[in-house]
Formats: sequence, structure tokens, C-alpha cells
Amino acid sequence: MISQVDTRPARGGVGESTYRPDGIPKVDGTYTYSSDLYMDKMLFGVTLRCPHPKATIIKLDIGPAVAMTGVHAVLTAADIPGENLFGLETPDQPILVGDQVEYEGQAVALVAADDPEIARRAVEAIEVEYQVQTPLTDPEAAEETDSVFHRVRCRRGPQDARGAVVVEGYYEVGMQDQAPLGTESGLAVPDGEGGVDLHIATQWTHTDRDQIVAGLGVADEAVRVHHAGVGGAFGAREDVSLQIHLCLLALYTDRPVKMEYSRAESFVGHVHRHPALIWMRHEADPDGTLRRIEAKIILDGGAYRSTSDSVIGNAVYHAAGPYRCDSVAVDGIAVRTNNPPCGAMRGFGAVQACFGHEAQMDKLADALGMDRIDFRIKNAVRQGDPLATSGQIIETSAPVVDLLERVRAMPLPTDLTGEDPRHLPGGTGLTTSLAEVSRGVGYAIGIKNLCFSAGFDDYAEARVVITPFGVEVHTAAVEVGQGLGEVCAQIARTALGIEDVVVFYDDTSQIGSAGSTSASRQTQMTGGAVLEAARMVRELALHRGGGDELDSEGVWRKGRLVTTMEDLLAHGNLEYHTRFHHPPTDQPDENGLGNLHVDWGFAVHRAVVDVDAELGLFRVVQVDTVQDVGYMINPRSVVGQIEGGTVQGIGLATLEEIVVKNGIIQNPTFTDYLLPTFLDAPPINVEVVEEPSAFGPFGAKGVGEPPTVSSTAAVVSAIRDATGLELNRTPVRPEHVALPGSPI
Amino acid sequence: MRVQLTVNGESRSFDTKGSESLLFALREYLRLTGSKGACEQGECGSCSVVLDGNLVCSCLVMAVDAAGSEVLTVEGLGGSELHPVQKALIETGAVQCGFCTPGFVVAAAELLKETLSPSPEDIREELAGNICRCTGYGAILRGIETLVGEA
Repeated sequence: MISQVDTRPARGGVGESTYRPDGIPKVDGTYTYSSDLYMDKMLFGVTLRCPHPKATIIKLDIGPAVAMTGVHAVLTAADIPGENLFGLETPDQPILVGDQVEYEGQAVALVAADDPEIARRAVEAIEVEYQVQTPLTDPEAAEETDSVFHRVRCRRGPQDARGAVVVEGYYEVGMQDQAPLGTESGLAVPDGEGGVDLHIATQWTHTDRDQIVAGLGVADEAVRVHHAGVGGAFGAREDVSLQIHLCLLALYTDRPVKMEYSRAESFVGHVHRHPALIWMRHEADPDGTLRRIEAKIILDGGAYRSTSDSVIGNAVYHAAGPYRCDSVAVDGIAVRTNNPPCGAMRGFGAVQACFGHEAQMDKLADALGMDRIDFRIKNAVRQGDPLATSGQIIETSAPVVDLLERVRAMPLPTDLTGEDPRHLPGGTGLTTSLAEVSRGVGYAIGIKNLCFSAGFDDYAEARVVITPFGVEVHTAAVEVGQGLGEVCAQIARTALGIEDVVVFYDDTSQIGSAGSTSASRQTQMTGGAVLEAARMVRELALHRGGGDELDSEGVWRKGRLVTTMEDLLAHGNLEYHTRFHHPPTDQPDENGLGNLHVDWGFAVHRAVVDVDAELGLFRVVQVDTVQDVGYMINPRSVVGQIEGGTVQGIGLATLEEIVVKNGIIQNPTFTDYLLPTFLDAPPINVEVVEEPSAFGPFGAKGVGEPPTVSSTAAVVSAIRDATGLELNRTPVRPEHVALPGSPI
Repeated sequence: MRVQLTVNGESRSFDTKGSESLLFALREYLRLTGSKGACEQGECGSCSVVLDGNLVCSCLVMAVDAAGSEVLTVEGLGGSELHPVQKALIETGAVQCGFCTPGFVVAAAELLKETLSPSPEDIREELAGNICRCTGYGAILRGIETLVGEA
């Protein structure tokens, strides 16, 4: 474990709610997002997309587009110099469709023109004829016909264990969109030597680079991916969207090319959270001891693989939740359909699993006649227990009981819905009568693996340099808005005793990969790399300066300054470059067992919801949450992650679903895909538990995903509590409450 | 077609084809990229500007219709110092990815100009036209609350 380093304290170190360096440019409008990039003589790229979920291209004539004034390039699959495939884990999707379309919105051709309007008209001028085919859109039918990306089977313990009390349930989770406010955008600039510089809002520059060079058929060095300002991510930017398209157009035209998706295009341009069909069966002894957990989870991966193999693994290994149980059977299937491709979104499989296991835990507690929290506490995993599914011993902090006790002790709102009509479910329309409103309370607790799992060689590089002007931290990690940059600066300040730290986001040619900004991993991984590099550079400084302490003045020995910073650096800067790995993990054995994960985070939510059951209207009144965070490097940022993640989960409970009919997205706009507004987001009371993680700088754990895992389940539990309805599907819609039993 | 208007106190002009929104003109012709486009249909408020004294979504205003108008964007709010709303949002951690922030800054500054002491419920209601995907709104509310009654 990495522990405290012995230096003089510098202001702005770990544990302080320091201010992020991008705060001022973000409030005054000068921060440069990828969509703000501009170059003289740049062209604008637009994509031709297929409107059918399954079709064969029988004619593709770009002639009319090529002939248009102001059009500089019209590219199709035939123009791709390298391999016409990309994919985050497995290259399986054509960069541009050759002949067979597998989902609505798949990219067919690219245009670069003098302005966006000409480019759009040129796209419309391309003549395409499709032979439309019947799409496969039913995930259960896909499973039956073995249209499957990946199956995960987990069997642990005696398979004949039984309990006297049994509950069974069938659950559904809708397709959620990450909906980052910034749509996909970027600028590709040719270097005149066959290479290209891509400035892009992404989550992982190096995997973008690897997929781009494969498509362009060039060497790694020919493409440099630069991290441009990111308008939110949440998983949507982990897969390639327009990265390769931009580079193709820039190299073809030898001009800078910019692309920016519209909101509607963004909905078909990135992967979504997997919709899930879940069956679960839980058995317990009459005293409440869990004896057996069985589950089957089908995730609809859509047309291409993306990260489906990993997401279904996560759903399976988190299917039992943070509970002890020694007899488990879970089957997970990620199916292939002609629905929109699904992949990473905050929570990554654990969200879907939690919606199922927490509904089951409520049901089982009720069947046992036990208090729902007492029942959870009785079965909660403790540090040192095996995870119910994989059997891996939980060596990290696991304050599950503490979380449950603490959330129960938090005050419930006492005021009932009052005179202010804005507090009524449905708001100020004066449709809800106070007499019809009932209040429900729901609890849910979740578990989320942190960092990459199952044998993946997860690492992050960082370089720390002491210069006469202060400390430089270099990383390729992507700041997506979560505050990673300041976390890295705080770690360097504490480790070095030097306050003046600047974080540089290097391009892919300047430093090795930091891994993805996903899986709640960057605080532990890039933060860990920065701490390791800073400790090493401190050792170099102490050695060179002949002392035992370092600060901005120089090297000290026994409380006396022995080498000034100027003298210390007289022969050059001091720097250290490191590649930080987390402890290794294993791939699962044939029964799905093994040490698959390196760390976990836990969070509990309690939701209070007012419901007008007659009209099917509900309002989340308050949410209380306690999260296991390890150690808070920046408390303000931690609270921000918890509040924001919680509201994304509330969105999945009450509003957010991409409605897909026959493979076609019905609501690709913010008018029809509803996101929580200020009025939908309740006051959220946040508490944390700080117990050091298994690894991670100063005991920190990643905090981004756990708040999204359990908030959905808590809100739906509260609506069930208020209505007495089964409500086995999320998001809950008014008709599910007002007209239960009607087709959904 | 030449459009003349006042932006952040300065006389500006641009040529429009006639079909562009004010947001597009601000961003692409005047290179004022503080106002953001996120939904293109007036749902998210990322493009909020003040047009002749009214808070509007600039994506819903035709550029030609802004001819002769006075427009205030996020770039014109602060001066040599940040506007109090800008300071407050930094202090409470209301900025994460920041893409919604310029819209919130403009809308909140306008709210505080119109309403001296908005209650938390007033703030929620008045800013319900601005979507934030990162913060869950808590830090934004806390930031604006620090300014209530200061005007």
C-alpha cells in the first residue's frame, strides 16, 4: 500500500478542497472544448448514415456530391487505406459500411466541404439504395438463436443449497444514454508528411490512436491524439465515434477538418448503457441467512461488440450485490441484435445487476418479516469475506454495514408535501391533489469494481519534473470534468512539499498511455502514477541536494536549508517517469471464479418519493447517501461526483430511456429523451466513510461510479413502497403507476 | 445578408445566409464560443444569452432576427473581475465538465437581477431550463444561494 510521504506540508495538498485550475476559463467562457476548435481554412466534415437497422447497400453513387462546388472529399469504404475495422476491445465494426448495414445510423460515407451547410447538402446528394432486411431486435430471440457476443457462467459453492423462504423476480432496465452535454467533436490537422494531429474529446487517447492507425494503415508515430476540452463523457467517449473519420478526411484533403455531431447524430453516434432482462431467485433461512442466489442476465449488446464482453462479466460478478452467500449460480449473456450498439456507461453492468438484486432483497426481507436494513446488515459482506460470485476474498475496505447503519440514522424529511404547488408530484399544473399523494421510502446498496479487472494489464504512465518554475506533471489521462487534473496536482504538492504544480495533458507521442478515464480508475491509477513518480523525483532531489527534506526553497537537512532550489537545478531539471501498475488480477476459471478484481467501492442510497398513484406522477423529495470513498483527496470534488452520479441514477429511475422500436431510436433529442432538470433533482445529503483502500494514493478509492449504481434501485424501491406495485421495470413511467398491468 | 448588432457593448456585424441561428453566428462568425450548443432545440439552456433584456436560448433565435439588438453573452458578463455568479459557482464546485456553465452563469445572473431574494425553490424553477449532466445541481444551487440578498 502506498502511504503518506514524509515531507513538509505544502498548501493545496491532498485532503483540501482546492480549486480546480479550469474553473475560471469554464465560468468565463474561454475554456476550449473540442467543439470550439478553429483553424483558418478548415473544412467541415459530415457523415452519411443509414436510416435502416439492417440493410444491404445495392447502390452507392457519390458522383452528385463530388460535383458540388465547395466539396473537397467524399469518402466511402473503398477509400480506407488500412483495415476497415475498429472496436474498443475487438475490432469488429467497419469504419464505413462496405455493403451490410447492421444498425440504424451506421456510417456509410463522409464528406468534407467548405462549410457545414454545403457538407450536409452534399451528404443528401449522395445516391444510396438499400435492400432493407428484417432486423433482429428481440434479445431473447437473439439468445435462442445463439446470436451472442459472450456468455459468462458463474457457479460457486454447493449447487443444491436451499432456503425455506424463496423469492423470484423478473426485471428490466431500459437503454440509458450518457448524454454528455458536449456532443462528439474534434479537429484533425494533417502534418504534411502523411501524418495527422487529432484534437478530440475522448476518454482514452491511446486506444483512439491505436484504432486510427489501423484504419489509416500508418505507423503509430504518424498519428498524435491530443486531448481537447471534454464536455462530459460518462462512458460515451470510450469507443471511437468520429476519430477515424476525421483523420481520413484530413489526410485525403490535406486540410484541417472539423466535425461536430448534432444531438440527434450523437444518439446514433455512440454506444449506450445496455438494456437488461434479468431473472433472479433468492433463498434464505427463516432467520434471514441468504442460502442461495440464482440469476440470469441478458444484456442487449446491439449490433457490434464494443465492451459487451466486459459489461456482461461485470453484471454477473456483481449480481449478488455486497452480500454473503455460499451458493451461487449466475448466467450472463450479451446478445447481438440490430439494435443500437451498447457499451460503457457509468456503472458498467453493476447498475443493471443492482436494480435486480436490491428489488430481490426488499422482497425477501418482506417475505421473512424482517426490517429491510436489518436483513441487509445480516447478510452484508465484511472485509475478509469472499465475494459471493467469484469467491475472491475482499481485502480492501468494505464498510457495508457501516454504510447501512449510517444511512438509516440520517434524518428523514419531516415536512409532507406542503402548500407550494412546486412540491407536488407533477409540479405546478394543479393536477395533483394533496390528498392523493403518498410517500414512499426505498433503500438500495451497491458494489462496483474499481479499475480494470479480469487479467487486464492496467497501467498508467506519469512524468513528474521539478523545474526552476515549479513542478510539472505530465500525463495522457483525460480530464472529462471530474477534476482529475487538480487531484494529480494535489498529490504532487503533498509528495514534494512544493506548491507550484502544473498538470500537462500530453499527446500520445509525448508519453505512454494512462489508460481510460473510466471504471472509476484515474484517481487510483494516474493518481498512483503521479505519487510514485513524485516520490522518486523527491528521492533524486534529496540525494542530489544531500538532505532529508524537500520544499520549494530547496533541500533541507535536520531543519536547515542545505541546497537552494537554484543550486539543486543548476545542472538541469529533476525528473522521473513511471509506469504504474495495479496489483495483477486473474481471468475467471471455468466456473467463473478467481481473483478478478483489484478493488471495490460501495455506496448506499435512501430515496424518499411522493407519488400520486392515480395520475402516475412522482417526485423524488430527498435522497440520502453514504459512500465508501477510501480517502478524499479533494472533498469538494468527491461530493460533486456523488451528487452528480446519484442524479444520473435518478434519471434512469424516473425519466431516461432511449426508446427503440424495430431497431430505430424513437427519441433522439433532448425534447423526447428526458434528462433530470433542476426540478427533478432532489436535495441530496451526502456522507462518506473513509477507510483506506487496498491500493491507491493515500488510501483513495475511485468514487465516480458507485453513486450511479444504487440510486436507481433506491428510487424505484421508494415508488414501490408508496404504491404497493411490483414495478419491475426502470425507468418507471406514469402509466406503470397509474395503469398497472397494462402493456408497457 | 449583413447583420449589424451590439454584442457585449460592442458594435458587431456578420454576413448570414439567412438560415443560421444566433448561436451559430455568435460562435462561428463572431468567434464568441462561450455560448454552447448541446441540443439545438431550446431544451438545455447551454446557449443562454440576454437579447434586448430577455433571457433566450440563442439556438432558437434566427441570426437575422437579432439585427439591431443588444446581446449579452457570457463573455460580456465579467469585466476585469469575474461576475459574482462566476465566482460563486467556482467556490461551491458547481463546475465539472463546465459545458453547461456559461448558460447557467448567464441565466443565474439574469435571475438575480430580476429577483432580489429567490428562495431555493425559485432558483430551481427559474433555472429548470438549463440542464447540467455532471453536478446533479446541488453545487449550483449552493453557489447561487450564497448570492441571495447581496444585490
